[in-house]
Amino acid sequence: MAKAKLMDYDKALELFEPVLGFEVHVELSTETKMFSAAPNNFGSAPNTNITPTCLGLPGSLPVVNEQAVRYSISLGLALGCEIAPSSSFARKNYFYPDLAKNYQISQFDEPIAFEGSVDVELENGRTFQIAIERAHMEEDAGKLTHVGGSTGRIQGAEYSLVDYNRAGVPLVEIVTKMIEGAEADAPELAKAYVATIRDIVISLGISDAKMERGNLRCDANVSLRRRGSDKLGTRTETKNVNSLRSVERAVRYEIQRQAQILEDGGTIIQETRHWHEDTGATSAGRPKSDADDYRYFPEPDLLPVVPDPALIEELRAALPEKPAERRRRLKAEWGFTDLEFQDVVNSGLLNEITETVSAGASPQAARKWWTGEIARLQNAAAEDVSIDVTPAQVAELQQLVDEGTLTDRLARQVLESVVAGKGSPREVVESEGLAVVSDDGALIAAIDEALSAQPDVLEKIKDGKVQAAGAVIGAVMKAMAGKADAARVRELVLERAAAL
Amino acid sequence: MTDFIHSTAAELAQALESGAASSVEITQAHLDRIAAVEGDVNAFLHVNPEVSLTAAKASDARRQAGTAFGALDGVPVAIKDVLVTTDMPSTSGSKILEGWMSPYDATVVTKTREAGLIPLGKTNMDEFAMGSSTEHSAYGPTRNPWDLDRIPGGSGGGSAAAVAAYEAPFALGSDTGGSIRQPAHVTGTVGVKPTYGGVSRYGAIALASSLDQIGPCSRTVLDAALLHDVIKGHDRHDSTSLTDQWPSFAEAAKNRDVKGLKIGVVSQLDGEGFQPGVLARFHESLAMLEANGAEIVELSLPSLEHAVAAYYLILPAEASSNLAKFDSVRFGLRVTPEGGGTVEQVMSATREAGFGPEVKRRIILGTYALSAGYYDAYYGSAQKVRTLVQRDFADAFSKVDVIASPTAPTTAWKLGEKLDDPVAMWRGDVATIPANLAGIPGMSLPAGLADEDGLPVGIQFLAPAREDARLYNVGGALEALLHEKWGGNLLEKAPVLAGGAR
Repeated sequence: MAKAKLMDYDKALELFEPVLGFEVHVELSTETKMFSAAPNNFGSAPNTNITPTCLGLPGSLPVVNEQAVRYSISLGLALGCEIAPSSSFARKNYFYPDLAKNYQISQFDEPIAFEGSVDVELENGRTFQIAIERAHMEEDAGKLTHVGGSTGRIQGAEYSLVDYNRAGVPLVEIVTKMIEGAEADAPELAKAYVATIRDIVISLGISDAKMERGNLRCDANVSLRRRGSDKLGTRTETKNVNSLRSVERAVRYEIQRQAQILEDGGTIIQETRHWHEDTGATSAGRPKSDADDYRYFPEPDLLPVVPDPALIEELRAALPEKPAERRRRLKAEWGFTDLEFQDVVNSGLLNEITETVSAGASPQAARKWWTGEIARLQNAAAEDVSIDVTPAQVAELQQLVDEGTLTDRLARQVLESVVAGKGSPREVVESEGLAVVSDDGALIAAIDEALSAQPDVLEKIKDGKVQAAGAVIGAVMKAMAGKADAARVRELVLERAAAL
Repeated sequence: MTDFIHSTAAELAQALESGAASSVEITQAHLDRIAAVEGDVNAFLHVNPEVSLTAAKASDARRQAGTAFGALDGVPVAIKDVLVTTDMPSTSGSKILEGWMSPYDATVVTKTREAGLIPLGKTNMDEFAMGSSTEHSAYGPTRNPWDLDRIPGGSGGGSAAAVAAYEAPFALGSDTGGSIRQPAHVTGTVGVKPTYGGVSRYGAIALASSLDQIGPCSRTVLDAALLHDVIKGHDRHDSTSLTDQWPSFAEAAKNRDVKGLKIGVVSQLDGEGFQPGVLARFHESLAMLEANGAEIVELSLPSLEHAVAAYYLILPAEASSNLAKFDSVRFGLRVTPEGGGTVEQVMSATREAGFGPEVKRRIILGTYALSAGYYDAYYGSAQKVRTLVQRDFADAFSKVDVIASPTAPTTAWKLGEKLDDPVAMWRGDVATIPANLAGIPGMSLPAGLADEDGLPVGIQFLAPAREDARLYNVGGALEALLHEKWGGNLLEKAPVLAGGAR
C-alpha cells in the first residue's frame, strides 16, 4: 500500500489545530455474555461458547447480564459520570454476517452513564481533562476470518468463516466529547487517554484490557481546523489500532495526511480508516456519513435497566483509588526512579509488583523479577500463552535468595521450573536439589582437591596473588554443579591456601 | 368411553385418570382422525405418529407406575408452527425455514412436555403469523371445517381448524393482533390471548415482540383454562415475562357467577362495519348475561379509531428487524445466485426466494417506518397512539370489570376473496388489535351462527392486564348459558367432514 503524502508534523501544527475524539470499546470480563448464559471466554474452539441467543436462532431472546450492568455502573462512576436512573436498550439494524440477528443490541438515546471526565497525565507533566459524553452498554459481534485472499480482508476472499464465540460479549463504549487544545501533544494525548482508560478498567477488575486481544479497542476521530478559522474540519475515524503505540502513531499520521491534503487544496472524506501496524499508515475503509441509517428503535425484548440507588452508592463506595493517584503513591512508597517507574507502568506491572511487595519482597527485588526474568520468559513464550507465576511465588523466590538458599543464577533456574508448573519455588528447590551447598565441609573438600590438582595456583595465592584464586573457584563451582555461593567459596579458598 | 375425538381435554383427562382409556388409544384416535380429514382441512404442516405414540406410551407407563405428571398427562395437543420444537420441524409457515430443526424447545413446549401432553403435530399458519386467513402460508391454505371453501381465520387458522375438526382437543396458538381470537371466531371455537408477559415468548418465532403472546385454542372455555394453566408463568429466558403468581384459570372457568359483573360495551366496536348476524349474536349474548345479573355499561374508546393504523406501523417495524436474522448464514434456506455472489447477494437472493409477498410487504413497510426522517412521523406517532389506547383502556377499566365486543366484523369469507386487498384484510382486525396494543388479555368464544350465512360468530371479552381469570369467569358463564340453549357445543351444528366418525 502506497503511503499517502505526509506534511511535516511541525508544519502541520503551524497551519492547523488538531481536534480529537475517541470511542473506546471495553470488553467486560463477565462470566457469561451480555444477553445469554454462554461463557465469556477468550481462546475457546470456534463456535463452542454459544447458545441459541448468540446465534440469533428463531425464537431466541436476550436477557440482560446483571454483572455487566454492575461493571458498567462502576466504570461510569470511575469516569465521573452520572448514572441514569433508567436506561434502555435499542436495536441498531444493519446486515453483516458477524451480527447473528442482523441487529446489534446497544444503548442509543438512554445510555447507562453520561457527562463525566477523566484527567490524563502527559509525560511533560501537563494534565489534560477529557470530557466524557457517555458510556453505554452493548454486545460485541462475532469474528470473521476471510480465507483465500492475499490481504485477509473481505475483498478478494474466497470464503469467510464466522466464529460466534465473541458474539454477545459485553462491551461498554466510552465516547468523549470533542477534544480541543491538545495541539502538538495530540498524538501523545491519544495514547495517554487510552492508557488511562486501560488503567481504570484494570483497577476496577472489569476487563482483561489486553489491546492485542481486542479487549480494549480505540476508534480515533481526527480532524483539522485551519488556524484563524473557527470552522471545524471533516473528521476521519481510524479503527484497528491495537496498541497504545499505534494510537499515538495513527493520530500523528492522520494529522500529517490530512494537513497535506488540505494544503494541496483537497478535501477530507468523512470515512472509516484502517490503521496498518506494518506500514505505519491508514487506508480508506467504508465511507461513513451521518446519513448512515441504522433504524434504531427501542428493543422490545428487554425492559429498561433501573438500578437500585443503593446499588449505585454501594459501587461508588467500592471504587478503587484513581489510577493516577495510586501511581503517585506507589512511586513514592517504592522509591523508584522516574525511569524505573515508567518502565513498570508501561509494562502494566503495577498490580504484580504491589502484590509481590505485600507478599514480603522488597520493591526493587520485585521490580527486577517482573521487568527482567519474567518479562524475558513471557517474550520467549508463544503468543497467547500467559506464563504462569504468581506474585506470592516471586516473593518466595526472593526470600530464598535473601536467606542464601539460592544464588541469583540458581533462582532463575528455579523460576523456569516454577513457570513450567513444577511447583512452588521451595518445592522446586527440594525436588530438583537446587539449593546452594552451604555445608563448608563439602566445599573445603572440593577446594582441597582443586588446590592439590593445581599446585602452581596454590603457590601464586600464597605469594599474595589473590586474583589467581579465580581458577580454583571456577573448578570448585564446577564440581558443585553451580550450587555454591561463589563469595563464600572465595573466602574458603583463601583460608585454605593460607592454611596449607 | 370410545369417542375420544369428540371429547374435551377435561373429559380425556378424566378417562385417563379413571383408567377408562390409555394415552396410546386417545393419541391413535386423533392420528386416525388427522389422517381421515387432513386432505380436506390441511390444518397440520407436520405430523409424526412415531413421536406422538412414543410420548403416549411413556405417559401410559407413568400412569401405571403412579407417577403421572398431572391431570393432563397423556392428553394430546397440537402446536402452532411458530413455536420451535426439537422433535418436529419448525417453519413458521415459511419456505425460508423449510425443514428446519430447532436445537431447543420453546418454553411453552417444554411446559406441555412437563405436563405430559402428547404433541400431535405442528399446525399451519400464515407465514410468520402475518395474515388473517392462513392463505399466506407458504404450504397452502387451511380450510374452515364449517365450509371448506372459506378461510379458517389467521394467522392461527391451523390450530383453530384442527380443534374445530376434532383433530386435536386443544392447541397452542400465538396472538399478535388477533391470531388466536379471530380464527376462534370464524371456526366456532375458543381462543385466549393472555396478558402480555403472562406466558413466555421464548422459542416463539417473533413477529412483533411487543405484541406477540402465546395462548390456548380449544372447544370449551375450561379446556382453554386447563392449557393456559400449563403454560403460564415467569420464564428466566424471557425478560418481558411477568413474575406474578397466577390464580387457577380452570377454577375461574368453573365459577359461573356473573352477578354484579360490570360489562362494558364499546360504541366503536358495535354497529357500523359489522355484519348484522355478528351483531345479533353479540347482543343476544349480552342480554343473556344481563338476565343473569351482569350490568351492561356503554363505553367510548375514541383512540380505537387510530388503533389499526398504529398497529400496522408498529408491527411491521418490529417485524422488519425480527426477520432480519433470516439471511441464510446460520440456518434455513440458502439461495446462491447463478455464478456465485457476495454474502450480500446471497442474503438478498435467499430473502427474495424465501419470503412470501405479505412478508415482503410488511418488511418494506416496517423498514420505511423506522427510517431516519420518517421515524417520528410513523413509528413515533404510532407509539403515541398506543399510549392513548392504553390510557383509554385504563380509564374504561376504572368503570367496568370486563369489556365485550364482537371478535371480528364478519364471519369467514371465501378463500381468495380478500387476497388482493391487504388493507381490507387488515381492517378485519379492528376489534382484536387493541388488546395487543394495550397488553391486556382477551378471549373469543362462540356466540352462535349468523342468520344470513349460518357461519359461526364469536364474542370477545377483554379484561385489565393480569386479570385473565375474569375472562374465564365470564366466558365460562356465557358458555354454560349458550350450551344450555343449543343443547350442546356449537360445533355439533357443523357439517360432517368426509371420513368423519360422527
